[in-house]
Amino acid sequence: MARMINLRIWRGDAKDGALQDVQVEANEGEVVLDVIHRVQATQMGDLAVRWNCKAGKCGSCSMEINGKPRLACMTQVASYGDEETITVTPLRAFPVIKDLVTDVSFNYKKAMEIPAYAHPDELAPGQARMEQVDVERSQEFRKCIECFLCQDTCHVIRDHEENKKSFAGPRFFIRIAELDMHPLDKLKNRKRTAQEEHGLGMCNITKCCTEVCPEHIRITDNAIIPMKERVVDIKYDPARWLGSKIRRREGI
Amino acid sequence: MSGVFSPTRAKIKERTLRTDKWWLQPAITFGVLFSFVIYATFRAFENKYYFTEPLISPFYSPCLSTSCEPGSALSFFGQPFNNKYFGIGISPALFILIFPLGFRMTCYYYRKAYYRAFWMSPPACAVAEPHTKYTGETRAPLILQNSHRWFFYAGLIFNVILTWDTILAFRDQDKQWGHMSVGTLVFLFSTTMLWFYSLSCHTCRHTLGGRLKHFSKHPVRYKAWTIVSVLNHKHPTFAWISLFGVASADIYVRAVASGAISNFYFF
Repeated sequence: MARMINLRIWRGDAKDGALQDVQVEANEGEVVLDVIHRVQATQMGDLAVRWNCKAGKCGSCSMEINGKPRLACMTQVASYGDEETITVTPLRAFPVIKDLVTDVSFNYKKAMEIPAYAHPDELAPGQARMEQVDVERSQEFRKCIECFLCQDTCHVIRDHEENKKSFAGPRFFIRIAELDMHPLDKLKNRKRTAQEEHGLGMCNITKCCTEVCPEHIRITDNAIIPMKERVVDIKYDPARWLGSKIRRREGI
Repeated sequence: MSGVFSPTRAKIKERTLRTDKWWLQPAITFGVLFSFVIYATFRAFENKYYFTEPLISPFYSPCLSTSCEPGSALSFFGQPFNNKYFGIGISPALFILIFPLGFRMTCYYYRKAYYRAFWMSPPACAVAEPHTKYTGETRAPLILQNSHRWFFYAGLIFNVILTWDTILAFRDQDKQWGHMSVGTLVFLFSTTMLWFYSLSCHTCRHTLGGRLKHFSKHPVRYKAWTIVSVLNHKHPTFAWISLFGVASADIYVRAVASGAISNFYFF
């Protein structure tokens, strides 16, 4: 059954902008992206919104709905009360381009700073063999759809623009963890660079990244904290450091 | 202007547009943790009502001072500390509390809890924090959070001691074995929860198997890691329950030792 809902949409660009109220029809089962499209089709023809798959798998329609970073295509209108106004804004951690579209290129720059998987020299392509039990930890992190909601909610950069140059963010900590836990990756310095170049130490594990992840990746428990512990192994644990020097078993 | 009010970001004057009760959880956390800190500080300095045969408060165990009440010290450790240093009387609790306190202070879960509730960094997700600068755990004093594993090891030793205290609680006031009281149950609950809290710890998970790159080469450690990973899901729950457990054990011992109640024996 269709009903009218109150929507507040932020409209503007980098120079200025404001929230604009609009009433729009919402049908049963629709998501917030549906009603934004209806507003675009009927009332605001120039409303800018980024979207693609409408199935929670492309990560394009990331925005903030009633202040929470969410995918608009996975947020049911029915999850809000009949009289409740749904406020929709662009991601507040990134520069705005127009309306609900932000410039997320920061994330692609950070992605380029992380060395790719390094294949062992002694294994020719096609010769690599790995057991499932050795790769399943990393597979959880491969579920990432790069919606950057975790980056958006992380207060290290959301609340401190100046930290962007030295902090990669949770999305890239799971990338580093994925590679450091990879059974065949030959790069040995990922822990050290995670701490010294990508800003792992700036994370104070308040778990907001985990809370907003639409893929339910346990970013903090399964990637960031294990990486922090691995950093402790090489930087803050004299016993482990001595053991690794004597037995030379860093990559066990 | 920084953060969400930076010049390039969407011009929105509110610090957050969240409409839910985002402040409730940090407020409750603040209230409970602050109450515990006040109570624990009071008890640590009170220096009495911490022992009544066969129960010793977990805040005072092991009792290592020469001022320990007769029968409260374990002969294995002796009483290496004096009751006064530089003319100032020191409660036996002050010699040991740094270890369990340090374990909880550096715990990954409690860090989340108190960074949000006490330091508001951030108070809740997508709620702008009030601080103008942020360096995280890269500098002193917060870089000391990396000492968590040492407190974890110390915490395990304390768990063994408190387990022994619980075994001793199966005696009566005359040190005869084979008895059980309400105090025994309180200690059993407290110690069991402490073990669950310690074994579900992220450092425990890392130490047992998390640091491995090849689980397939270490099947026993992998099995241990999978078990601890299951417990790890419940780490916050164990953190709170064990905190209440320890407080309950101390409150019970205090009540019995001060004469407010008697320790009821089932048999």
